[in-house]
Amino acid sequence: MHQPSQQARPSIYYNYQVFKPWLPSQNGPQGKKKAVIVGAGPAGMVTALELARHGVASVVLAADLQFSQGSRAIVFTRRSMEILQQVGVAHRITENGLPWRCGNSIYRGQKVFRMETPHDSDDRFFPMINIQQQYLEEYLHDACKAHPLIDFRWGNKWVQAEQFEGGVKAHVDTPEGPYALETEWLIAADGGRSEVRSHMNLKLEGASFETIFVIADIRIDLPYPTERLAFFDPDWNRGNTILMHREPHGIWRVDYQLPPGETPEEALRPESLKQRIDAQLKMIGFEGKTWEMDWSSVYSARTLTLPNYVHDRIVFTGDAAHLLPIFGVRGANTAFQDAQSLGWHLAYVLKGIAPEKLMTNHSQERIEAAREIITEAGKSTRFMAPPSHGFRLLRDAVLSLSLTEEFVRPLYHWRTSRPHEYKHSALNSMSDDNAKFTGGPTLGAPPQNVQLKSDDFLLDHLGGGFDLVYVAPHESIPPDLLKAVEVAKNKGLPLKLLAITHDHAHIKGADQTLFDPQQRFQLRYALAAGGAYLFRPDQHVCARWLQVDATRLLSSLQHAVLQ
Amino acid sequence: MNPNNTLDIAGLEQVYDRLATAIDRAGPEKSELFLVKLALLNAKAMGQPDLFEAQVEAALKDL
Repeated sequence: MHQPSQQARPSIYYNYQVFKPWLPSQNGPQGKKKAVIVGAGPAGMVTALELARHGVASVVLAADLQFSQGSRAIVFTRRSMEILQQVGVAHRITENGLPWRCGNSIYRGQKVFRMETPHDSDDRFFPMINIQQQYLEEYLHDACKAHPLIDFRWGNKWVQAEQFEGGVKAHVDTPEGPYALETEWLIAADGGRSEVRSHMNLKLEGASFETIFVIADIRIDLPYPTERLAFFDPDWNRGNTILMHREPHGIWRVDYQLPPGETPEEALRPESLKQRIDAQLKMIGFEGKTWEMDWSSVYSARTLTLPNYVHDRIVFTGDAAHLLPIFGVRGANTAFQDAQSLGWHLAYVLKGIAPEKLMTNHSQERIEAAREIITEAGKSTRFMAPPSHGFRLLRDAVLSLSLTEEFVRPLYHWRTSRPHEYKHSALNSMSDDNAKFTGGPTLGAPPQNVQLKSDDFLLDHLGGGFDLVYVAPHESIPPDLLKAVEVAKNKGLPLKLLAITHDHAHIKGADQTLFDPQQRFQLRYALAAGGAYLFRPDQHVCARWLQVDATRLLSSLQHAVLQ
Repeated sequence: MNPNNTLDIAGLEQVYDRLATAIDRAGPEKSELFLVKLALLNAKAMGQPDLFEAQVEAALKDL
């Protein structure tokens, strides 16, 4: 019998609520579900919210009775915020998080590299925002609870699953014993140590780095802005790297590399943590300043992925599908992109809008994304934690040269998580003008936000279905284009026609008119009146035309749902 | 031939002595680091990753 802890987790800044378990005896017979999601972390909850948004009901299984222990993922990227905006929680992170855009690399007391990521006026969100994962989980959970299509079950632990033709039978344990749950699809969003993955005996492919890092969250009052601080080869931890990030509630994340051979158990002893944190504080000029420990943990860098995320009717997403180094904030930020992709692909299959092979496309797109991240993160990891004598020598030579030689300093660059461009997607149009464009997001690329008016951005209006954004040359949509949109809608395809105008209050025939007085959209998307972009439900571009026409629009829409 | 791109015997001898004394000055513990720094500075001055690649191959021979 599954007995999750009833004891609220300790924290000096977050009040954990212990939720009541969902018990089978208090609920009616369980019919076959559309989707059961194992795991209630960021990947699981965003998947549930995306599915619900596309009209698909799901059950979320949370093994524990409370949100996860410690701050864990603390840095969220702009694209993550754009995805979280789609599921209705970005505003809560904006209200409570700490936005930032600069990073500093420090060697021998000298700031040898400063990265300033521009904040474009066309972007609603900052490049980065810091908030502890408990808050993110709380906001996502509030959104799940508020949605009638999401059945959230605390204290429900996945035990095993059997696949049958057209579905999966999941065995779930609860504080009053087990029950079985049949579902058309099972989503494994159960994290880096995925039990679903182990149970199916699936092997991750790639490399693991031996270096171990300690993560410690302390409460301390330090007079620094919210910027990333990276210290290389300091006197108190020779050859190793230390990172510091500010979190809300006066908490700082101190992240330091361990010397080779030291075990996590040794490193996490309170005396060891205290000695090292004191040494770090001394180095930055705050010797003896009082601080309080909240949480500590260890991690090692891994660049691993499953070679396939869809196994018949079981789908892996987030850390259950891949393990990525945290340098460049690639864990949760990648999980959001996975979940957003999975949500619409699976919903369209379940609703019969697309054939089941659309799920193969989901797997291919996200694996390509994971492999790109692995290549990029591998470079950061080789600099932050050199894996061999040669890499260490080169890194040390660069540190030494960087004090006087400008040209090596960009090697400190931290290659932040960025959304993958689905360049090779099977859904990209074969009948558009992509090659003729001279700018703007290309086929498969994520969208570029555009500020239309004050506090009114393009991405506030996109998502939840396909969006045709059309730069209207006249007061009404041309009849043949309108007819094509109607044809697609009548076939059951969720499609919205948004007309962009700079001089008309309302474009007749459009589902929505977006007033763009400065013509920012045309500028950022490199097109003129009569041109259009077609966005998928995850807001990635799947077709674009300098002059859109009904025939090519219809064939691109069909192609995008593999019909 | 561009005389600026040629290392004649006198020039080679100058480099030979300078490199030897610099390695000694760096000391046994730092000579490796010194040589890597020098290689990076030379690569920057050369500005040709392909030529650098060929030099790496040449230097790896007969170790």
